[in-house]
Amino acid sequence: MSPQRIEGLPREMIALRVSREIKDGMYVNLGIGIPTLTSNWIEGKDVCLQAEVGMLKTGALANGDEADQDLINASCQAVTALAGSSYFDIAESFAMIRGGHIDIAVMGALQINARGDYAGWSNPTRGLFVGNVGGSMDLCAGAKKLIIAMEHTTKDGEYKIVNELSYPATAEGKVSLLITDLAVIEITPKGMVLKEMMAGLTAKDIQSVTEPKLIISPNLKEIEL
Amino acid sequence: MDKVLPSLEEAIADVKDGAVIAIPGFFACGVPRALLQALIRKGTKNLTLTCGCGPMLGAAQELKALTLAGQLKKVIDSYGLFRSASKGMADPFEQAIRAGKIELEVYPMGTMAEKYRAAGAGIPAFYTPTGVGSVMENIVNEITAKRTPKETKIIDGKKYVLEFALKPDFAFIHAKKADREGNLRYAKTARNFNHVIATAAKVTIVEAEEIVEPGEIDGDDVHTPGVYVKRIVKVERPKVAITID
Repeated sequence: MSPQRIEGLPREMIALRVSREIKDGMYVNLGIGIPTLTSNWIEGKDVCLQAEVGMLKTGALANGDEADQDLINASCQAVTALAGSSYFDIAESFAMIRGGHIDIAVMGALQINARGDYAGWSNPTRGLFVGNVGGSMDLCAGAKKLIIAMEHTTKDGEYKIVNELSYPATAEGKVSLLITDLAVIEITPKGMVLKEMMAGLTAKDIQSVTEPKLIISPNLKEIEL
Repeated sequence: MDKVLPSLEEAIADVKDGAVIAIPGFFACGVPRALLQALIRKGTKNLTLTCGCGPMLGAAQELKALTLAGQLKKVIDSYGLFRSASKGMADPFEQAIRAGKIELEVYPMGTMAEKYRAAGAGIPAFYTPTGVGSVMENIVNEITAKRTPKETKIIDGKKYVLEFALKPDFAFIHAKKADREGNLRYAKTARNFNHVIATAAKVTIVEAEEIVEPGEIDGDDVHTPGVYVKRIVKVERPKVAITID
């Protein structure tokens, strides 16, 4: 039985809320999809974006003639370099990821549970037993903090925040913060704590689209944008 | 020690049916397209392509030609399927995987990188935290009967997966610049898997956009030292659409 879907914030606003977690001095990796949009909201911050392809200090997306086929981000978009950008080979890139040198990784997800397990690499509805894992599992293994940014439910209103994953896991127990179009939820040893929600909603509304029982923070407030 | 050959055909003359060939590139970026096209013209069959991050999605035309000509036995990659499920369904490569005609084996990207690095560095296997708590604790192949558990080990209270070095027969490399003795430079993010794959293979074959005399690449600027490189061919700079679907 599907819950009633609630219309939430646009994807750009999810990315804006993610950007609030990114502080000066951090090295950050942004995954494909909503996470990549976060790069639009960090201007003026002293932050360094890492792209798995082998680049530190990735600049803004390149426009038109600026685009260089030899200069892309991990989403295969043409990007620009900044003063102080560097390039390196892929083994070096993943050494810095697994080696614990990245402060925050932000990724999308298909499903997540209250233990911080999430699924994002393989969607069984495609009818295959394999999927595109990319660098997601390496980032889970090595980033100091893992944030999931996603829509709260599927387009059809099905739970994405579930008691048990039905899709293949990307990692177990690695997610510490979940930011959706409706809410900000912290994942703690006791379970999911609802910290922020979209203006005009109640905790009951959020619970209605969230399968695990939420712990309501005593400081519950509107999503800070 | 001049390693430059006049043609792609000569450079890949000893690539035989059943060869395992490593293909670098990150989606559209840094893919050895000219060597792939020569492989299509040669018609070599029963090939295994070991990749890293979707170079064959970047070289979609070449992938289609290799698939339709029945040249592929197996592909190993972290990102081997089109992003768009509907495009994938219509694509001959994905159809061949679904039909069991081509095998697709999947590893995390960092594990692919380290499998090549280990092979080039004489390390037979390594323990990695990547994939713990996922199905990657097994060999992950679309043919589920081929799924077998990988060895794991607890070190200082944390679980790790044993992964093995990957030593291809051949590496196809795309360099921005090569000197005649095989010192290579790559351009920006087109370096990606090129260097580590060049170190891993038994025979490394390079297509270079520019070939210069020894000394014209300063020793401090060499990305891949010539010891790893066997053959070099000059190619035109490819025209690349920066996109994946």
